[in-house]
Amino acid sequence: MGAGLPGAPAGDRGDYLTFITPGILVMTVASVSIGTAVLVATDMTNGIIDRFRTMAIARSSVLTGHVLGAMIQTAHALAVALGAAFLLGLHTAASVTQWLGLAGLLALLSFAMTWFTVALGLAGPDPETASDLPMIFVLLPFVGSGFVPVESMPSGLRGFAEHQPFTPVMDACRGLLAGSPSGADTLGALGWCAVIGVGGHLWSRRLYRTRAAK
Amino acid sequence: MTTRTNAIEAAGLRKSYGGLQVLAGVDLTVPEGTVYALLGPNGAGKTTTVRILTTLLDADAGAARVAGYGIRRDAARVRASIGVTGQFSAVDELLTGRENPRLMAGLAHLDRRRARAVVGHLLERFGLADAAGRRAGANSGGMRRRLDLAMTLVAAPRLIFLDEPTTGLAPRSRRDLWGNVRELVADGVTVFLTTQYLEEADQLADRIGVLDGGRLVAESTAAELKRLVPGATSS
Ligand SMILES: Nc1ncnc2c1ncn2[C@@H]1O[C@H](COP(=O)(O)OP(=O)(O)OP(=O)(O)O)[C@@H](O)[C@H]1O
Ligand SMILES: [Mg+2]
Repeated sequence: MGAGLPGAPAGDRGDYLTFITPGILVMTVASVSIGTAVLVATDMTNGIIDRFRTMAIARSSVLTGHVLGAMIQTAHALAVALGAAFLLGLHTAASVTQWLGLAGLLALLSFAMTWFTVALGLAGPDPETASDLPMIFVLLPFVGSGFVPVESMPSGLRGFAEHQPFTPVMDACRGLLAGSPSGADTLGALGWCAVIGVGGHLWSRRLYRTRAAK
Repeated sequence: MTTRTNAIEAAGLRKSYGGLQVLAGVDLTVPEGTVYALLGPNGAGKTTTVRILTTLLDADAGAARVAGYGIRRDAARVRASIGVTGQFSAVDELLTGRENPRLMAGLAHLDRRRARAVVGHLLERFGLADAAGRRAGANSGGMRRRLDLAMTLVAAPRLIFLDEPTTGLAPRSRRDLWGNVRELVADGVTVFLTTQYLEEADQLADRIGVLDGGRLVAESTAAELKRLVPGATSS
């Protein structure tokens, strides 16, 4: 299937599935987070957020609720995506520990991405706009190591692909699925998740404190 | 020192948005157990005043104590002491008439049994028992407003803010809501409300402040104000 693509790894369709599954998983995480941006933006146009903000509750607990909700939804979506990949012939050499590592990494990615999209939802002027920016996240795996090896890309694109955050995340997932995780990729993935998550969290809290519902 | 404690004391509140000055130094005092109405036309700064007093917005200058606490220094304590019904509907339209106040009860950490009792009582009192199982979004404007107020009362605050509680309501719904406010007052709750209608202020308030050009241009009882207003317009 993928064997005919120039630059795609040669081999049977199971190999190609194994290659693209990390990209699919990351896209799954990203698409749930778009929904979160819309939900948060919708909340902000509704007086109920103001009600929460005048109550004696932790100011960010509403946002935390959105993040937890999105993570549960992501877990379901990932299970479906993986199930489909196995039905199509995905094979993996991952040990139980490596599976746990993969689950942990994806949970962390989902956590980080949703804090970031919560901030986007708070920053956008309305729910429609709030969904535009996170759309980019769904496309990022294409201009990364998601579907074709980075080495096969033209040089300009390749420079971007090698340095964008999703590439180490997808490479780390790929390593775990193959049963041979790479320390450098995993560190890169954890680093990016930490940057996105902490940045998104701080930005969200700041916006939530200052932004008034319209 | 006054013998009565004040629920709200504000001095010199100022707020501008960009170049637009909305509040140009507002002073108010609302004794506990009384009803204060802030009267003013569209854009006078009523909502801005409410948002400052309820910790939603920082004033550019001035200070206020609400329920005995500084709005800036003790914002968390202020929030624990007040109930706020904003100008625009603050119900979750996807939740039912019962689930909405139950959510408030959960956030206020009422235990299950108490939550059920309080919510049941409020739904009854606000004529919402029949709508308890329906999504809030399906209710009429008057019902939604009453649900709003019921949600505000779940935690039994002793000081409540109502921003234009009856704007857009039919006369009948307006009178129902006035009745609900009077019951609260009879229970000793302090009420700070805003309105565009002198009649509403007159019906409910002990004192009325008229907000215009970012200042309180008059402050008195309803009776005094009615005497003042014709005089002011003839000059
Ligand atoms: N976030 C904001 N940014 C810029 N201007 C604002 C903002 N909020 C309010 N204003 C302006 O401040 C003025 C006072 O607004 P405010 O909402 O306090 O009036 P109001 O008395 O509550 O009016 P209404 O009866 O229409 O509710 C208005 O001119 C409004 O356009
Ligand atoms: Mg207003």
